[in-house]
Amino acid sequence: MTIDQKITADLVAAKIGLVTTVPCKQLAGVIEEVDQHPEIHHIPANKEDEGMGICAGAWMGGTRSAIIMQNTAIGVTINTLATLIQFYRMPLPMLISYRGELREPVACQVEMAVHTKALLAQLNIPTYHFHKQADAEELPMILDYTFMCNKPVAILTDANFWGGYGDQ
Amino acid sequence: MIRSEILKEIAPILRDQLVVCNIGIPSQELHAIDDQASNFYMLGTMGLASSIGLGLAHAQPKPVIVIDGDGSVLTNLGTLPTIGNNPAPNYILLIVDNGSYGSTGDQPTYTGRKTSLTEMARAAGCDRVVECQAEETGAVLEDALAAGQCTVIVCKCESGNAKMPVITMDPVVIRDRFMGAVKA
Repeated sequence: MTIDQKITADLVAAKIGLVTTVPCKQLAGVIEEVDQHPEIHHIPANKEDEGMGICAGAWMGGTRSAIIMQNTAIGVTINTLATLIQFYRMPLPMLISYRGELREPVACQVEMAVHTKALLAQLNIPTYHFHKQADAEELPMILDYTFMCNKPVAILTDANFWGGYGDQ
Repeated sequence: MIRSEILKEIAPILRDQLVVCNIGIPSQELHAIDDQASNFYMLGTMGLASSIGLGLAHAQPKPVIVIDGDGSVLTNLGTLPTIGNNPAPNYILLIVDNGSYGSTGDQPTYTGRKTSLTEMARAAGCDRVVECQAEETGAVLEDALAAGQCTVIVCKCESGNAKMPVITMDPVVIRDRFMGAVKA
């Protein structure tokens, strides 16, 4: 089982039935798995705040949801996280490509990487950082935790986790 | 007609449906006119009513009516291609297009000038798009409910707001009773 298949299987095991995505090169494999999985309804979004709105609606409709996005999206979605997901107390697992970390070839990505954890901490969002593939063993627990506490939860997955960006 | 007059007129149609209502004065007006557990009032997050409604429509079979505004759709224009490419048959987006940002002092939006949300929705891939005048809204909405097809309604009306109180209900209460109405 590839890491993309493992993550997708964990989402399904957590009864997540709708996933919205905004792509990142590192997430291409898992997005493809999600798209092809018969038990997941995949709705690609044009922007991550739109995706979070779709997730909020799906959850209120009785379907657990999750978003897959890049860490630059934290800059896009702060208002949505505070005034929709947190204000109305909704669970939202966020599988995030943590660009700008070790093995990053694009300097500009570092500019948001240095703010990513600080912004998540400022928002009191529980945050987990996957640096090695073994770290993903905790994903089922993180998903259970998210739906237990009805909060947005960030899972940062860096280039090392994915086997390097551009040098793999 | 202004938005509050339209809402008063369509309130009997909305009463039995799941309604996601746009931030600010639209939610205040709907709340004052006919508060229902089946109304989800947005207290913040401008622009996302159409997205919340779309997720809701895909997650369960009951009809979902989103009451949105031209300014809010303009701020989340990516929503139109997403709706067009992921049509839910039970989804109705009612854009009350009064050509102004009502909740912030009626500053003009571009739909009062050269921009047509009707044409943009069509170009985005939405198959059933109906533009109507304010007086026709009730009939067009009932048609859309009967059609059972993803519909975008662009309702052209006059700019203006009714003076209604701010919603003080706790957001978790709004959300919880709404989820109860979804399950009922």
